[in-house]
Amino acid sequence: MFDGREPIYIQIADQIRGDILAGHLAEGEQVMSTTQYATTYRINPATAAKAFAQLVDEGVLYKQRGVGMFVAEGAPAQLRAARRETFLEELLEPVLAEARVLGITTSELTRWIERSSAESDLTATNTTTEGEQR
Amino acid sequence: MSGYAVSVRDLTVRYGRTIAVDNVSFDLEPDGIYGLLGRNGSGKTSTLSVLASMRRPAAGSVLIDGVEPFENERIMAGVSLIRESGDVLTNEKIAASLSYYEQARPTWDAAFADELVDAFGLNRKKPISTFSRGQRSAFGAVIGLAGRAPLTMFDEVYLGMDAPSRYRFYDLLLADYAEHPRTIILSSHLISEIERLFSGVVIIDGGRLLLNEEVEDFRTRGATLTGPAAQVDAVTTGLRVVASRSLGPTKEVTVYGDLDGAALDAARAAGVAIGGVGVQDLFVHLTEKESR
Repeated sequence: MFDGREPIYIQIADQIRGDILAGHLAEGEQVMSTTQYATTYRINPATAAKAFAQLVDEGVLYKQRGVGMFVAEGAPAQLRAARRETFLEELLEPVLAEARVLGITTSELTRWIERSSAESDLTATNTTTEGEQR
Repeated sequence: MSGYAVSVRDLTVRYGRTIAVDNVSFDLEPDGIYGLLGRNGSGKTSTLSVLASMRRPAAGSVLIDGVEPFENERIMAGVSLIRESGDVLTNEKIAASLSYYEQARPTWDAAFADELVDAFGLNRKKPISTFSRGQRSAFGAVIGLAGRAPLTMFDEVYLGMDAPSRYRFYDLLLADYAEHPRTIILSSHLISEIERLFSGVVIIDGGRLLLNEEVEDFRTRGATLTGPAAQVDAVTTGLRVVASRSLGPTKEVTVYGDLDGAALDAARAAGVAIGGVGVQDLFVHLTEKESR
């Protein structure tokens, strides 16, 4: 963990955002304290505090004095909206650039996307059926 | 009580004709965890000895909490240097050394010391002279942590410990530091395990100061650029290259300096991969280069 060139506090903040988006951290739920974070990941507590401060500034977390940090109401929706904006540019664009290098055509890409979404829909249906049978 | 600020100005330490520390200056903010990094014989221990008032400098000065520490009782009681050799009563059991330090340190926490002795699994019934190297190091760690001195320095104490004990030490240090912030200096050449603990690093090499920076700045300044040799050369022109190696047409270059975002984007577009460098690797590259 925390191996990239990005400052560690940015990586921590990203990780917490990711946990909120994935639903591992629910609205109103308490997040680990700076101390717990520091000892769990063996990082300087000031680094963890900086990440939390950034998330408080963004309105993703809020601080309850003497108690701790909590996930703000509406944080998942806010993060989803922000991520959607950057998704196409930051995640999809590099994939498309790589596809151009490899000579993968637009229609091949489209077919792949359609098949992949069909499969994930199918998996979703299967799981339900299996669950119902038991 | 919070930590002491440290200010080292033009410090020179000599042993006879040998210059161990050569005109070194740096400042440490209170309540940070600092890595004092250097190769063996680079002057780390000499620098720390001056901070602990165990040695007088040949030239230059040191200020701790804004004052000269020499023969200043208040400062000396608040400065703790833990050396691997121990500085404990080796022919006695643990209790004798603990009560000695309890007398000497106003900030000593006896209950915490007991907890730490248990955490490291140290034997209270045997004299310290029967301890292994690792157990003695662990006892040094106990004294350094329980002392809660506003300036606590560990001079490579953890090198004698095995890996599980070292990690226990880092965890205990962090947990206690978070509750009781103070200025901590860890001197070492074993860096990768502890680099994320640091808020700042001071690197000395051959008695001279190489670098004194916030650790995040230090990390973001280092980068590896890997790709076709011509493209790598094009982006690294004018940068401080600290290491370079080639594998056929591919070249990997480690740079240290302020990287320009536009230059990085151009490099990526030209097929150059940009990666991070750990503090340990940067340290090795920087000290290798400079000592040649």
